[in-house]
Amino acid sequence: MIDVNAPTFWSDLVDVLLVATGQTLYMVTLSLLITIVVGLPLGVVLVGTEPGGLFERPFGSRALGIALNRTLEFIVNLGRAVPFIILMIALIPVTRLILGTFIGTGAAVVPLSAVAIPFFARMVEIALKEVDHGLVEAADSLGASSWQIVAKVLVPEALPSIVLGVSTTITSIINYSAMAGVIAAGGLGDVAIRYGYQRYSGIHMVAVIIILFVLVMILQGVGSAVARKLSHRSSTPAESPVFRRLLAREPRGG
Amino acid sequence: MITISSLTKSFGSGGPAVRALDDVSLEVADGTIFGVIGQSGAGKSTLIRMVNQLERPDSGSVTVAGRNITELSGRELRLARQQIGMIFQHFNLLNHRTVQGNVELGLEIIGTDPAERRRRTADILELVGLGAKARSYPAELSGGQKQRVGIARALAGNPRVLLSDEATSALDPETTRSILDLIKTINRELNLTVLLITHEMEVVKRICDSAALLERGRVVEQGSIVELISRPGSRLAGELFPLGPVPDSNANTIVDITFSGGTADSPVISQLARRHGIDVSILGAVIEHIGGNQAGRTRLELPGPAHLHALPIAELRAQGLLVEVMRGQAA
Ligand SMILES: Nc1ncnc2c1ncn2[C@@H]1O[C@H](COP(=O)(O)OP(=O)(O)OP(=O)(O)O)[C@@H](O)[C@H]1O
Ligand SMILES: [Mg+2]
Repeated sequence: MIDVNAPTFWSDLVDVLLVATGQTLYMVTLSLLITIVVGLPLGVVLVGTEPGGLFERPFGSRALGIALNRTLEFIVNLGRAVPFIILMIALIPVTRLILGTFIGTGAAVVPLSAVAIPFFARMVEIALKEVDHGLVEAADSLGASSWQIVAKVLVPEALPSIVLGVSTTITSIINYSAMAGVIAAGGLGDVAIRYGYQRYSGIHMVAVIIILFVLVMILQGVGSAVARKLSHRSSTPAESPVFRRLLAREPRGG
Repeated sequence: MITISSLTKSFGSGGPAVRALDDVSLEVADGTIFGVIGQSGAGKSTLIRMVNQLERPDSGSVTVAGRNITELSGRELRLARQQIGMIFQHFNLLNHRTVQGNVELGLEIIGTDPAERRRRTADILELVGLGAKARSYPAELSGGQKQRVGIARALAGNPRVLLSDEATSALDPETTRSILDLIKTINRELNLTVLLITHEMEVVKRICDSAALLERGRVVEQGSIVELISRPGSRLAGELFPLGPVPDSNANTIVDITFSGGTADSPVISQLARRHGIDVSILGAVIEHIGGNQAGRTRLELPGPAHLHALPIAELRAQGLLVEVMRGQAA
């Protein structure tokens, strides 16, 4: 039980929260970077190796394309199906192999990336499939290679949706990072469990919830704003975010 | 410039296969505009997509500028495609790039250096009348302007051939005319060979030198417009001069007389009336500007069976007019 009236209570609280927020941001940022670096190409390959895709026949072999597609599908589905808490424990040997240790904030990056990569790859896949096939044909008619089509058409056109996918992915990484206390990674989730739950401090609990909420709101807001900025589809002033906010503030007339 | 020989293509595995193209052969002469017209599902898109191999044929071949493009693949095919521009019904512009960026796309693919890219893009945008819009995004343009960007993009790499897949079908009539005129202009100024497909006779009328009629995957008729107009029973010419179905007429004769080129101002009716004393009634007349020339077709009703009018008809034919007896022949 924590004594709210202890002279150091509030300064301790701030210290704990600062450290935990730092740990959460560290885990989330690093996992996110890895997720994007691995998940984006994974999404491209997932779409590309489908029947009729750009990389239908890698090295001229359709069999290889099919095998690649099936394998990646399997891995992605597996990653999505296993509950995070189990994945985290199951990955302990892998983490130890990569980092030499399996506990601590840094070590949490491995399972967090492992859970986020399949999630993000699916979002990339969906975003890429939304790109009008006519654009691919136009690039084809100009004599573009498959890689040029990916780099100049598919990914840039899908970028607004991919950015939205990134912000959804961040939210889910933050979500999962709350469980990382299990492997002594610390973070805000860990504070909520150790202080809020085990030591009955409602104040810690509320503070963690507020910080997480603000974090997620900011990230979602930034994500949506960037996506909107990148998407040049809605360019009339009435649709621009600034204009809409102005309109919203306008008092409603009769 | 483009030789299409015996192209065949079927779609569908499992169920009954759709024969999209059935032994199609066409010849598009250098520097001309060739229109393929047909109804929805006739196989027009399939045909034009064969010319740059967006679609592979089951059999047959397509030669563009002396190269059999159906034999190419990989890098060779990509290089060949750079010589063949294409524009699309729905424009297919990249939303994330400005007008300038869209036009530069083809040049980036070819590997043109940035300075040259900018110079070339500025020139070509000027040509299509979009010099002032270089920094706009496609979402900020009208349909007609988007198609101009499409044309600029297709032309940026200096192709020999332009393919147009229903490029004006999504546009209103006035914009359609301005785009067609632009295509005609670049055809003349750049000596570009154009193969276009359409379901609108207006398009053929306005800019085509030659045309083919495609029906259920087969070419039922083809030729230069001049030739088609003077070909008896031509269905394409019938479409060019929409006089409608021949009316049921008791015992009288109905003839369609087609004027074109030098015969456009023959005083046919007064000739029939005065010289032969025939009571002519005019059932319909269409005058069209076709490929810049005046051409027209008049439908006349003459009293009594056709054999009574054998002499005047022969006389008109001797003047170079196309005279088709639509009814009253057998009597
Ligand atoms: N990829 C495809 N798979 C299966 N069938 C196809 C495919 N492409 C075309 N077809 C079929 O081939 C036939 C010809 O199609 P095509 O698109 O060439 O017609 P079109 O003349 O261009 O018609 P429209 O004016 O409607 O565009 C149609 O019956 C169509 O259903
Ligand atoms: Mg079509």
